[in-house]
Amino acid sequence: MIDESLKGELQKQGIWVTSMQELYNWGRKNSIWPLQFGLACCAIEMIATAASRYDLARFGGEVFRPSPRQADLMIVAGTVTKKMAPQIVRLYNQMPDPKYVISMGACAISGGPFKQGYNVLKGIDRYIPVDVYIPGCPPRPEALLHAFMELQRKIDGQKLSGASQAEFLKENTPSEYPVPAFGAHDLEPPANLDVFHPPAIERA
Amino acid sequence: MESIEEMKARAEQAISGARLEIVPNPGPAGQPSLLLDHEHAFAVANFLRADPALRLDYCSNVTGVDWLDRTVKKKVKVKKLVDGVEKEIEETQEEFFPGYLEAVYHVYSIEHKHGPVVVRLRTRDRAEGAPLPSLTPVWRSAEFQEREIYDLYGIHFEGHPDLRRILMWDEFTDFPMRKDYREPDDYEYEPTPHDEVLEKAKQHYAPRPAEDGAEHLAAD
Amino acid sequence: MTADLPEIAESPQRGMSSHLAGELLEVSMGPQHPSTHGVFRMNVALEGEVVRKLKPVFGYLHRNHEKIGENTSYLGSMPYTDRLDYFCSMTNNWAYALSVEKLAGIEVPERAEYLRIILAELTRLVNHTSLLGFLLSDMGAWGTPLMYAFRERERVLDLFESLSGSRMMCDYMRFGGCRVDLPAGWMERARQIVDGFPRFLDEFEELITGNEILMARTQEVGKLSAALAVNAGITGPGLRASGVNYDIRKVDGYGIYPRFKFRVPLGEHGDCYDRLMMRVLELRETIGILHQAMDELPEGPIINPKVKIRAFKPPVGEAYGRIEAPKGELGFYLISDGTGNPYRYRVRPPSLVNLTILEDMCLGHTVADVMVILGSIDIVMGEVDR
Repeated sequence: MIDESLKGELQKQGIWVTSMQELYNWGRKNSIWPLQFGLACCAIEMIATAASRYDLARFGGEVFRPSPRQADLMIVAGTVTKKMAPQIVRLYNQMPDPKYVISMGACAISGGPFKQGYNVLKGIDRYIPVDVYIPGCPPRPEALLHAFMELQRKIDGQKLSGASQAEFLKENTPSEYPVPAFGAHDLEPPANLDVFHPPAIERA
Repeated sequence: MESIEEMKARAEQAISGARLEIVPNPGPAGQPSLLLDHEHAFAVANFLRADPALRLDYCSNVTGVDWLDRTVKKKVKVKKLVDGVEKEIEETQEEFFPGYLEAVYHVYSIEHKHGPVVVRLRTRDRAEGAPLPSLTPVWRSAEFQEREIYDLYGIHFEGHPDLRRILMWDEFTDFPMRKDYREPDDYEYEPTPHDEVLEKAKQHYAPRPAEDGAEHLAAD
Repeated sequence: MTADLPEIAESPQRGMSSHLAGELLEVSMGPQHPSTHGVFRMNVALEGEVVRKLKPVFGYLHRNHEKIGENTSYLGSMPYTDRLDYFCSMTNNWAYALSVEKLAGIEVPERAEYLRIILAELTRLVNHTSLLGFLLSDMGAWGTPLMYAFRERERVLDLFESLSGSRMMCDYMRFGGCRVDLPAGWMERARQIVDGFPRFLDEFEELITGNEILMARTQEVGKLSAALAVNAGITGPGLRASGVNYDIRKVDGYGIYPRFKFRVPLGEHGDCYDRLMMRVLELRETIGILHQAMDELPEGPIINPKVKIRAFKPPVGEAYGRIEAPKGELGFYLISDGTGNPYRYRVRPPSLVNLTILEDMCLGHTVADVMVILGSIDIVMGEVDR
């Protein structure tokens, strides 16, 4: 990487020096197009974030695309039920790489207040990989903006080549995940074990 | 609006063979209900809607209720022969009430602006697919709500135009709102469990490794 | 039971489908679509652009609220009622508190009743404004009315936040009153917002009323006759747009509504335009109620001191309590067996019952009209699926 002071000197002379990775990541992180996808109450806070008071547009998230083929961020806002889970995985599969998922609200993280139930999926990270989690019920619009900025920082830190290459550039990372099927009592499979790695709890 | 006893009398008069029963409602709310029999429920419902004094044209709420088998213990004074002398002794008698499923309808009148009148229908037992007559042809607002009761309780409404599952997916086979439903086991990761959830989460805990020095620690 | 198919007019666009005979095209609209009513799906059978059959499919947000209600105490279910109709948490809370007060025979002090009315009518402001914003953006106004509507909504949400601690999920009502009293300066701010509201309404009406696109897309679309509305259990502004004078605030007279003077607007044609205008007129009446309530607010306790908050056990029995929520009749049916948890806890959602005649209203109209009709019914999936 180029020395920062050299960069500053050159900038004063009107010459901008950057690397392919910085430019690529700068373009991607400042123009994230979210998928217009709200499930429940958190969706209203998401709309409030996109409205005029908390303005998501100044971060680049201006255009909410209704079609997954044109979006690169899926904000899962609201409770994920078992009836809806296959559709969410299908939507995720239809998004082109590189794609990101923000899990907004307690329900999308782990089932939330509706955890004890027969139709609530305990977190969307059972089937698809999640990048940023936002706790809250519902999280304030400022929390969603904070998560958006975290995601931008994460994108900025993604490397294009080398050993610590970003996930989506690696050969063997799947871009599509298997869609769960409706079973007689539950979804089949109840979780995708390639994606769902809960920490093991040891208790006495 | 007339009292529920008057309604019962007039309905039994209008529809021959109808057997109605008043189910009292203890408690301050004061909303007793009319229990209908299966054969004449449709005719009684039509009477309630068409009668000029009642005109109950708006069915507001249709609920399903699951009553399990109950054994009620009562202390009863019984005359018995003890050592040749007749005495009154207190005995504990058990009465067994078999379980049933119920559909409760709350009907109002928009024309006369009165209500509610509570109408109940009970199944004979708690079998899956227990039949009840559907009141959707009388009050169309019951359409989705009766489908929901079928989906969650398993009551089969005869005469319903489109009886299929509404909230759960079609391949689902259980009836989740019943009191004896067991939900599927997805308690692998519970960070802060307590009470029943702790019991369910314990099934998933890995057994403690044998040699980690813990056996030297004193028990908490 | 379904309406007769209306005649297809011999205009160039529509004439095409009457001459070509073919199969019906089945399209699934949803569960993910840009109209933000939530995860709602409609299986539509189309002949060209005209709808021939429509079956709504829902359950994508079924969060087993009623089962949780059976396993939780009475007070523990109060935060869950916030999440039913997530736009109007205060009215959901009030409906539940009213049902429990009926079940247990609890009285509410006067100041609490006035506070309840003020907050419920503020919620009605929020709901109707948001609905106008969403309906217009469904019709293709691309979010501008929504921004105006949400600007007003944010002002009222600030009030809710300073009072109850949360913008949306307020959890404010308790059995026998309210949770916390007004902080200093709240009443002045509320008065400012309510005084400024008619100017916003005038601005909004100038933008939309008389707009020919709006009139062309909503007039004569989705007509609902009064008889069918009553039989299908429609309540709320949809029922009154068809000309039926039934407002639960006047009929039941719950709370202290009989003390307030307000009119009930009625529609003539029962089409989408009437349903839209019904909400605008109700907003004007709501401002009148708010002024009256804020002027008459007495001092006093805000909760009945005889009611136990924890370990609350109502007597054995059952009760059905209902209120005029902004979307229709919201009722709670509770069966108590004397313990701390209800034996049966049932929510009667207005949005679910209002969807019963969606098919009837949409037959014979085009696909574009379906979204307008759905928007004018005003559903929210948290309520439909619970």
